[in-house]
Amino acid sequence: MNANAGNLEVLESALLADIAAAADEQAIEAVRIAALGKKGSVSELLKTLGAMTAEERQVQGPAINGLKNRVTEALAARKAELKNAAVAARLVAETLDVTLPVRQSPAERGRIHPISQVIDEIAAIFGDMGFAIAEGPDIETDHYNFTALNFPVGHPAREMHDTFFLQAAEGNEAKLLRTHTSPVQIRTMEAQKPPIRIVIPGKTYRMDSDATHTPMFHQLEGLVIDRTANVANMRWVLEEFCKAFFEVPSLKMRFRPSFFPFTEPSLEVDIQCDRSRPGEVRFGEGNDWMEILGCGMVHPNVLRAGGLDPDEYQGFAWGMGIDRIAMLKYGMPDLRAFFDADVRWLSHYGFRPLDMPTLFGGLST
Amino acid sequence: MKFTLSWLKDHLETDATLDEIVERLTSIGLEVESVDDKAALKPFVIAKVLTAAKHPDADKLQVLSVDIGSGTPIQVVCGAPNARAGMIGAFAAPGTYVPGIDVTLSVGKIRGVESHGMMCSERELELSDEHNGIIDLPQDAPVGTSFAAYAHLDDPVIEINLTPNHPEATGVYGIARDLAASGLGKLKTAPVEPVAGKGATPVKVKIEAPDLCRVFALRLVRNVKNGPSPKWLQQRLMAIGLRPINALVDMTNYITFDRGRPLHVFDAAKVAGDLVVRRGKEGESVLALDGRTYAVTPDMCVIADDNGVESLAGVMGGEHSGCDENTTDVLIEAAVWEPLTVARTGRTLGIITDARYRNERGIDPAFNGPGIELATRMVLDLCGGEPAEVEVSGETGFTPKVVSFPVSEVKRLTGIDVPGSTSLDILTRLGFVVKGDGDVVEVAVPSWRPDVDGKADLVEEVMRIHGVDEIRPQPLSSHGVVNGKILTTLQIRTRAAKRALAVRGMMEAVTWSFIPVKHAELFGGGQKHLKLANPIAADMSDMRPSLLPGLVAAAQRNADRGLGDVALFEVSGTYEGDTPEAQRRVAAGVRRGTAKLGGSGRHWAGNAQGVGVFDAKADAIAVLEACGAPVDRLQIETGAPSWYHPGRSGVIKLGPKVVLGHFGEFHPTALEVLDASGPLCGFEVFVDTVPEPKAKPTRTKPKLELSSFQAVKRDFAFVVDKAVEAGTLTRAALAADKKLITGVSVFDVFEGAALGAGKKSIAIEISIQPVEKTLTDEDFEALAKRVVENVAKQTGGVLRT
Repeated sequence: MNANAGNLEVLESALLADIAAAADEQAIEAVRIAALGKKGSVSELLKTLGAMTAEERQVQGPAINGLKNRVTEALAARKAELKNAAVAARLVAETLDVTLPVRQSPAERGRIHPISQVIDEIAAIFGDMGFAIAEGPDIETDHYNFTALNFPVGHPAREMHDTFFLQAAEGNEAKLLRTHTSPVQIRTMEAQKPPIRIVIPGKTYRMDSDATHTPMFHQLEGLVIDRTANVANMRWVLEEFCKAFFEVPSLKMRFRPSFFPFTEPSLEVDIQCDRSRPGEVRFGEGNDWMEILGCGMVHPNVLRAGGLDPDEYQGFAWGMGIDRIAMLKYGMPDLRAFFDADVRWLSHYGFRPLDMPTLFGGLST
Repeated sequence: MKFTLSWLKDHLETDATLDEIVERLTSIGLEVESVDDKAALKPFVIAKVLTAAKHPDADKLQVLSVDIGSGTPIQVVCGAPNARAGMIGAFAAPGTYVPGIDVTLSVGKIRGVESHGMMCSERELELSDEHNGIIDLPQDAPVGTSFAAYAHLDDPVIEINLTPNHPEATGVYGIARDLAASGLGKLKTAPVEPVAGKGATPVKVKIEAPDLCRVFALRLVRNVKNGPSPKWLQQRLMAIGLRPINALVDMTNYITFDRGRPLHVFDAAKVAGDLVVRRGKEGESVLALDGRTYAVTPDMCVIADDNGVESLAGVMGGEHSGCDENTTDVLIEAAVWEPLTVARTGRTLGIITDARYRNERGIDPAFNGPGIELATRMVLDLCGGEPAEVEVSGETGFTPKVVSFPVSEVKRLTGIDVPGSTSLDILTRLGFVVKGDGDVVEVAVPSWRPDVDGKADLVEEVMRIHGVDEIRPQPLSSHGVVNGKILTTLQIRTRAAKRALAVRGMMEAVTWSFIPVKHAELFGGGQKHLKLANPIAADMSDMRPSLLPGLVAAAQRNADRGLGDVALFEVSGTYEGDTPEAQRRVAAGVRRGTAKLGGSGRHWAGNAQGVGVFDAKADAIAVLEACGAPVDRLQIETGAPSWYHPGRSGVIKLGPKVVLGHFGEFHPTALEVLDASGPLCGFEVFVDTVPEPKAKPTRTKPKLELSSFQAVKRDFAFVVDKAVEAGTLTRAALAADKKLITGVSVFDVFEGAALGAGKKSIAIEISIQPVEKTLTDEDFEALAKRVVENVAKQTGGVLRT
């Protein structure tokens, strides 16, 4: 009896020692088989219960089953411990240096040119005012670029445009590169009856080259024609546009009489600015005026050239440099860099592809 | 156009300040470009030299004691040879900026003696080039007062940027008239009185080209004494940047600016015979007043005498018959020339003069007579002499244009209610003559406003004088709806293409529309009618037939700066012809070096490889997808244009005829012409060729069918002839069962000796989506068989074993 009880104790401590010593899942499985497997030491003991008397069983049963339960528990506990250790070891082994740099996503690297971005900003504003976007060809005829716009043949104003001419094909009049986006005024009047509300962004060309002039540049033309559009409406459109575009609600503007062959009356528009800080222009403050655009009531001769009766229809038009307003808003010092495709410049002054100008989200961020 | 404030006040009686005048000028359309209020000269005061002693340590210096009116004599070290006790000059105290030497003075020691300022020369004040000594003023010059005020140098100079429609404002008088009309003072100039002459002017004028010269007046003044003009006249001319020459020439310049009336003076002794106004003849030339010889042509108008051409009419006089100090008999010329001829002559010869500036804008024909009288009066005042009678040829009268003017036109065009009487009053003050008093009046245009043609011009006159600021902004009528789409399909696609390419890590370039001829020719351009007649530079000569040459050149420029891994794109126009339809809308891009989609250069996780045809292909397809092209129906074929590598390029087509784009690596010869080096690939997509989207009756998307059965993938590897295209093989596999097979991808391509010569292996993975039931092994076998059979039929390929 006692000896038996002593044997159980020896067996238990031996098994528990084996369990504690098991270093991995394989070892613990071997211990389990040795104890609880078919021919395991504990299983063999359990088998002896059947041959015992009821009294013996009453004593031995709980003792052997108790042993079995404790060994089972110890096995489970050790197994869990080993598993946790194994996971921990794996995690250590799998550890990486997360400070290593990742590649920048393409959408972060790519850039939209300031000209495209500004054209989108312009479209957002004028779209809100009910304007459509019109376009026209870069290669134009003398008629659309000058004559229809009330530039008399031989008039010095034509020379002021420093026009690029193309070489004439056999027997044909020489074409030219449009010096302004105004030819699209005529093309639109020919194609569409009033009311007309369009803006025309596009490439224009003049023989000129310095920090603020390039032989190719971009203009934004605007045209409104109906039966009532007047200078007061034009002031409203241009003031609202400039405030929205420069994102300065307090922007002050000055309209002063000027001259263009294709408008009468004609005006030039200055915006108030502060240029006292080097390399920076602030709008809506300061004592300087900066010329920003030319505008006026469409000249009766231009309406006639577009097939409209100037006593029935009237309207206004304006033109401004897209590159120029981009330079003013975003502070690029040199126009020539716009066309150089230097990736350092594009990366710095360009816009992220997902920065879409909208009025509801702000034109620029 | 430049003038001084005191000059303006010769004609305008006003209390307005300089600032008020400047502001008003701009607001009535005479934009003030700059105002020099001569503030720089304000610190200089008149000072008297009390004593002058030799500098103890320098032979050429003196130590002066100077009275500047403060009571305390100032010690000044001076090197001027004319400095002496008792003389009066101009003094600059420490802290004064001296413009002529570009220095701000401070107290200094000169050879050990302190100097508390400086006595100045004319050059130091930028008054002249005189630097032989300090300014030496008369003894009555008031010590301690402003030198500038004493010398009349404090007269502010105003420069206006004149638009071509205001010829009347090329003279100070015309400017004063505009200001007076705007209510800023009163015009005070007396009308010009004629000067009686004795006897006829002996030189006659014959106008042989009446279309180029409306009227020509000539007057002889005998026994003049020419020499330097008086100081006031010299000062006025210098103030506006003109160099005084002699009294006769200065007189012409003065009246040019005072009245916008250019004149010319001939030395009568040097004129041979009578004067003829005619067109130039081929082979003729004239030595002009600027000392240069100009060849004249029949397009130009000249004044000639028996010796030949003496003057370029309205542009510049001739040297031979010009006036100098020895002139005793002078012929004064006042004429009205045809403006376009003057402009063209000046432009052709590259001559810019004050006369041309005015003559090409149009001279007041009614002031030709008064002009020569005014000139005569001034010659007599300055040089004395006896005038003969004026000899006039051409048209002396003037018939004004009359414009029918509905007074309501002001409100119609500007939106402001200006009472009719106010409008007419403004016009009258500007010199227009109004007849009638109804709703429509007749307005006669003054002789000095050739630009005014119609009622819109009159509205402008009223608007600028009444005040543009009176026009308050009025909102455009609202169109009463939520704004719809305002962009055309092409505009939307242009925008989408740009954003799609930028999202792929490319940077948008804007390159010139004109490229070098050899680049244009390489890309199929260079036709005569697409060449500029007057390019600004030799390498900007031809309209581009493609965006690629500009982009490749741009990529190479970056590489030359040390940035070789660049990805650039542009969405813009190319020019296949000179008609509007021949201007195409193209999206193009280039990648150079290792500028791949995932990034460029070396990286710890794997270095980027050189770019190639598949990078360009992916970009091209991304653009097409962004533009809404049916990308699942695109055909990729070989046969790209000659600037591409023939074995590493492709054409993207939709159907047999529509070419949507090209892509590939470049032909080595093309790179040589473009002077660029690789790795380099590029693409062009013809955005305007992508078909218009079909109008849809509803925005509802098609119903989504989701199968509840598990999707399965199966791999196949085929051995095919090397020439077989992967696209043919995948299409064949896909066609084997259009219902079950939802996708085919190529996961391996290889060539090896084991496959046999001229063979390659293409391994594909087929995605199968059962829709009706779970497929059995038999079903899969049957499907596999169909795939193998169809591939064999279409490509001759056999399953690799």
